[in-house]
Amino acid sequence: MVTVLIDQQEVEVHAASDAEALWLDGADLGRVTGFVLKPEGLCKGAICVPLPRDGRDFARADGAVDLAAIWRHMGHPAVHDETGEVWALGTGAAARASTLAELEAPDFALPDLDGRAHSLRELRGRKVLLVTWASW
Amino acid sequence: MWQKVYEELNDPGLEVMAVAMDTPEAARPWIEAAKPTYTSLLDRDHHVAQLFNMVNVPEAVWIDEEGRVVRPAENAGSYDGFRKRDRATGVMPAEAAELTARAKRLYVEAVRDWAIHGYRSRHVLDAATARQQMRPLRDETALAHAHFRLGCHLQRIGKGEAAVRHLEEARRLHPESWSIWRQTAGRNKQGLAAGPDFWQRVDALGARRYYERVKLDGMP
Repeated sequence: MVTVLIDQQEVEVHAASDAEALWLDGADLGRVTGFVLKPEGLCKGAICVPLPRDGRDFARADGAVDLAAIWRHMGHPAVHDETGEVWALGTGAAARASTLAELEAPDFALPDLDGRAHSLRELRGRKVLLVTWASW
Repeated sequence: MWQKVYEELNDPGLEVMAVAMDTPEAARPWIEAAKPTYTSLLDRDHHVAQLFNMVNVPEAVWIDEEGRVVRPAENAGSYDGFRKRDRATGVMPAEAAELTARAKRLYVEAVRDWAIHGYRSRHVLDAATARQQMRPLRDETALAHAHFRLGCHLQRIGKGEAAVRHLEEARRLHPESWSIWRQTAGRNKQGLAAGPDFWQRVDALGARRYYERVKLDGMP
């Protein structure tokens, strides 16, 4: 099993790390990333990211796909620990910058001291001063 | 500080959502002592810093009723007065203390103006200005956040040695982030990442700010 850290999720998936590649079943791709492999490319809802025609780098004949290669192809960072048991899939600078430029506050959910999750969206309809702090 | 702001301005329509860029263990005593009635959340992986491209605390984002950002991430009214402290006695010269107090006061006044006047507040930025005020985002910044996330997770599952490698990589890739640096630095007896290496790093800033100047009229 490999642990994939993506967005705010922590997903356990049957996968095989091979150096900078992360092979998993094509069917699991959607569960981990929300993207599905289709003839037109990698799709989430109506949006598709085209993959190079020569798809050998991303998919194998047995249906396995290299999630790390796909993720990097989309311009996002994919890093892993030395054992390949834990991967962190981040958001690329270009994607983040374009989201920020839209000026829509991205939603998130975080726990309070009692472990109850609160999302930014719950405060819709009110002005929100989102402010950070730390003990350090 | 935010409790008073919240109590005064909740009625005109302001919510305060405070997010600790910290481990739950370190943040807990502070929250228990402050007993905030506003929303107070824990963000051990610094998700919010990544989502809004923040590099220090305190930083704030102003979000309107429709979820639009009307002021992007910026320093929430802190001033570099602490750098003028006598490092032996901890005493801050009167002028630095005055500027520190002024920065805080002006920032809270701006929040108040927005809470009461909404879009008519002169502190609400138009879209072009808001975009222009965003700090740049480099590929290394994005990569640093991924390494930081991985390092935090490895630390939690007891792989401390591997964790350190990724946390150090995050520091190296994103040197502008004080949050990443201080979260991963050693602490003194007071729990502060403010040892000699911290001061060395602060001194190396020279004329640059530790707390970026808030772009508000009259702000020191």
